[in-house]
Amino acid sequence: MSPMARTAPVPAATDPAIIRNFCIIAHIDHGKSTLADRMLQFTGVVQSRDMKAQYLDRMDIERERGITIKSQAVRMPWELGGVNYALNMIDTPGHVDFTYEVSRSLAACEGAVLLVDAAQGIEAQTLANLYLAMENDLTIIPVLNKIDLPAAQPEKYAAELASLIGGDPEDVLLVSGKTGVGVEALLDKIVRDLPAPVGDPDAPARAMIFDSVYDTYRGVVTYVRVVDGMLHPRERIQMMSTKASHELLEIGVSSPEPTPSKGLGVGEVGYLITGVKDVRQSKVGDTVTNLAKPASESLSGYADPKPMVFSGLYPLDGTDYPVLRDALDKLKLNDAALIYEPETSAALGFGFRVGFLGLLHLEIVRERLEREFNLDLISTAPNVVYEVTLEDKNVITVTNPSEFPSGKINEVREPMVAATILAPNEFVGAIMELCQGRRGVMRGMDYLSEDRVELRYWMPLAEIVFDFFDLLKSKTRGYASLDWKADGEQVADLVKVDILLQGEQVDAFSAITHKDKAYAYGVMMTGKLRELIPRQQFEVPIQAAIGSRIIARESIRAIRKDVLAKCYGGDISRKRKLLEKQKEGKKRMKMVGRVEVPQEAFIAALTTDESKDKAKK
Amino acid sequence: MPSVLPLGDPAPSDGLLPQQAADGAAARAFGLYVHIPFCAVRCGYCDFNTYTATELGGGASQDAYASTAISEVDFAARVLDRSGLPARKLSTVFFGGGTPTLLPAEDLARILRAAIDTWGIEPGAEVTTEANPDSVTPESLQLLADAGFTRVSFGMQSAVPHVLKVLDRTHTPSRVPLVVQWARDAGLAVSLDLIYGTPGESLEDWRFSLETALSYQPDHISAYALIIEDGTKLAAQIRRGEVPEIDDDDHADKYELADRMISDAGLHWYEVSNWSATPEQACRHNLAYWRGDDWWGIGPGAHSHVGGVRWWNVKHPTAYAGRLGSGVSPAAGRETLGPETRGVEKVMLEARLFSGLETAALSPAGRKAVAGLIADGLVVPEDAFRGRLVLTLKGRLLADAVVRRILPD
Repeated sequence: MSPMARTAPVPAATDPAIIRNFCIIAHIDHGKSTLADRMLQFTGVVQSRDMKAQYLDRMDIERERGITIKSQAVRMPWELGGVNYALNMIDTPGHVDFTYEVSRSLAACEGAVLLVDAAQGIEAQTLANLYLAMENDLTIIPVLNKIDLPAAQPEKYAAELASLIGGDPEDVLLVSGKTGVGVEALLDKIVRDLPAPVGDPDAPARAMIFDSVYDTYRGVVTYVRVVDGMLHPRERIQMMSTKASHELLEIGVSSPEPTPSKGLGVGEVGYLITGVKDVRQSKVGDTVTNLAKPASESLSGYADPKPMVFSGLYPLDGTDYPVLRDALDKLKLNDAALIYEPETSAALGFGFRVGFLGLLHLEIVRERLEREFNLDLISTAPNVVYEVTLEDKNVITVTNPSEFPSGKINEVREPMVAATILAPNEFVGAIMELCQGRRGVMRGMDYLSEDRVELRYWMPLAEIVFDFFDLLKSKTRGYASLDWKADGEQVADLVKVDILLQGEQVDAFSAITHKDKAYAYGVMMTGKLRELIPRQQFEVPIQAAIGSRIIARESIRAIRKDVLAKCYGGDISRKRKLLEKQKEGKKRMKMVGRVEVPQEAFIAALTTDESKDKAKK
Repeated sequence: MPSVLPLGDPAPSDGLLPQQAADGAAARAFGLYVHIPFCAVRCGYCDFNTYTATELGGGASQDAYASTAISEVDFAARVLDRSGLPARKLSTVFFGGGTPTLLPAEDLARILRAAIDTWGIEPGAEVTTEANPDSVTPESLQLLADAGFTRVSFGMQSAVPHVLKVLDRTHTPSRVPLVVQWARDAGLAVSLDLIYGTPGESLEDWRFSLETALSYQPDHISAYALIIEDGTKLAAQIRRGEVPEIDDDDHADKYELADRMISDAGLHWYEVSNWSATPEQACRHNLAYWRGDDWWGIGPGAHSHVGGVRWWNVKHPTAYAGRLGSGVSPAAGRETLGPETRGVEKVMLEARLFSGLETAALSPAGRKAVAGLIADGLVVPEDAFRGRLVLTLKGRLLADAVVRRILPD
């Protein structure tokens, strides 16, 4: 029988000394959710028969992709040495786009389980989050997962982990989330090794928000970690960054279903419900205090989320614009990082310019819009934010290529990132070639083990937002992993390339590129459009231009035959119906001057398909 | 006729037509189409409603077919009469297929006689049959002429053996001049049907076919671009990559060549795919289709049109014979066109003719679009200034696009 705690400590009356707050740092696919599920089972908070795979990942997309977008927190009882402990497991998002959320989750913990696949070793993303955890002075418990796999190499990767965090390879725990082997030992170790939270129970209440989630029925559910004092139901609380106050309608802990409590005290982790409807009123990183007896200083580390990547989102069917607007308004309730404003494109009609934390964020938002709101969308090529200084020293912030000034420009600054790539050493050459081709500057290279290398580059963000990760994966047979974080900006020789159809500029295809790559972009896009746009009744020149200078040119030959040869008695009804269908099809065309461009051409032209492009070359 | 029937409304079992069919009927010509659903072999490109001789039995069999068709002639006469249409003599008759001449000439003559006995025929009426060069003799052609046929349209298709092979046509090219001469001897006007753009056909092949056909001095030529219809053997061969794909530019080149060579030989286009030596030798039956006249289509899958009511018979010969046998209309479905749809059809069909389309028949937006068509070289400016929309050579090749531009959205 497992040492399940028979009498779980009661929330709001739990001595901080028996609380352990931890998170799990792991790479996608390394089995974090499976291990978490097993912990829920072993501590008895979820009965085996209620278990559904990846219990904590609530959204369909999360479960399907096997990734966690939004973190959650679960309170679990665990008995060791006759003492009943309260363990709070805080589930962290695993992707680079959500680094800020990760940092707040880490700030809510005293320790972290570093979970690594025993068949794959540590990945760049995990390494990045491990650094974050160590910066937050978290106690690290190294664990190798999936030791049941035939391909597992526990000795090799235990050595790798030990060399990274210091310590003995023998101290690395071996578990299998799948079979449950080693999970009890891990729970014991969490109790034994992690420090208890420390805070002042008599000080004004201070709790850090590490997540807030919109729930259709309950409004915003805010997850907090109490640092000082205590929060009670029915009292008024205040958000320290905005000074907004709310009544605390409900407070409690998740185990894993929400369970109201009489409050939350020092070191405890739980949820708050105030009835607000927008996650922006409950910002991750903000400090919650008591309105009647407010704290004088908020907890450190709060920052507003900053979008890094922008893309235009347009409904395929123009009449869906209001649906898209409402859908974004709804998603915003649950996504504090999502920002957008209406935008009009001559080619695509009405849509929104949307800012994202990164490419995954973009993909997830787009997928949710399409799936949950049944929208068909065109998204324009993602771009980063440029600071353009004009000759008159005025500075313009450009989030859309069409805003790029055409007049005299003094300089253009682009955002840079510090990228870390981990890969087997046989791929170092290919990776260096790729990074240099993407204007990367090497910052360093280290061997993590005999055959695994960490490469560090300083690169323009614009060079990695589009297809860099896919290329990196394909050049390293899937072995490389990537992490990046924003790291300053640089002045670069950037130009805007316009695409003209029969002399008419098509705003959706304009791009800001480095001068050396403008020609390649022009050739690629004009060539692509030549394939995608059907022949018209006249010749259609397609040009790529920087300002008034044409840098690439293609042309679509005029169609010469569009007639049904035979049209006798029996063909007439059929022909009329075909005509009606063709006219219907024409309505779905976007007119660029006199040129009819099918929606599909926009979608295809704006989608990168590297593998296809490569096959052609 | 194409094998896929349109989706329409159900047709009543008594076949009676709505009032609109009778309105103004006295002013419209009345024609008869007779579909003969038999072929010796099924051609690889053909999606018509046709069967090889051995496929069918009962009233649908080749032997019984003439009697079955005649029973629809009787049925048609009753329906038109009871629907309040005035008695009209036949102005054109057209036997198509399939291969009409697979039936004994006597059978074709018998069907024609029954139709003439029923409705009468106008003096100088045009009576055409399609024919395969393999399935006629001097005697059979004479018999047809004696029965009242005035015109024969031979499915020559090509003069090049490898092209005929791709099309599954079995006749030997050398037989064509013979059958043309026999038809002439019998007093029949001669039309030759040609197909261009067959996979594997070079421009020179096509030129040779045109030269050969023109050397026989036909009264009329139809030249059709090969259309790959879904469900045909040729469509499957192209899909599997056994036969090259159809190239529209190749079709355009060949159409331009055809128009030049046929015109040089003294024939003139009167419809996108049809040329005649004199205006009188244009196929009046087909012109009736394009001008919205009335015709009754006899036979399985045959289409009819009377005063804006279009209907089509059940496709299978056995089902067709069964319906007629029990006195039920063989129509599978029909559509009754409103004024707007009739207007669309008028534009769609008359734009294909050399006589052209009255621009006054167009909507204001449509008339406005004509200027752009002149600018793009698609319609003849002089005709347009006189109020008629007549396609140029380039316009004929883009006729469907022209129609889309002049029809309101």
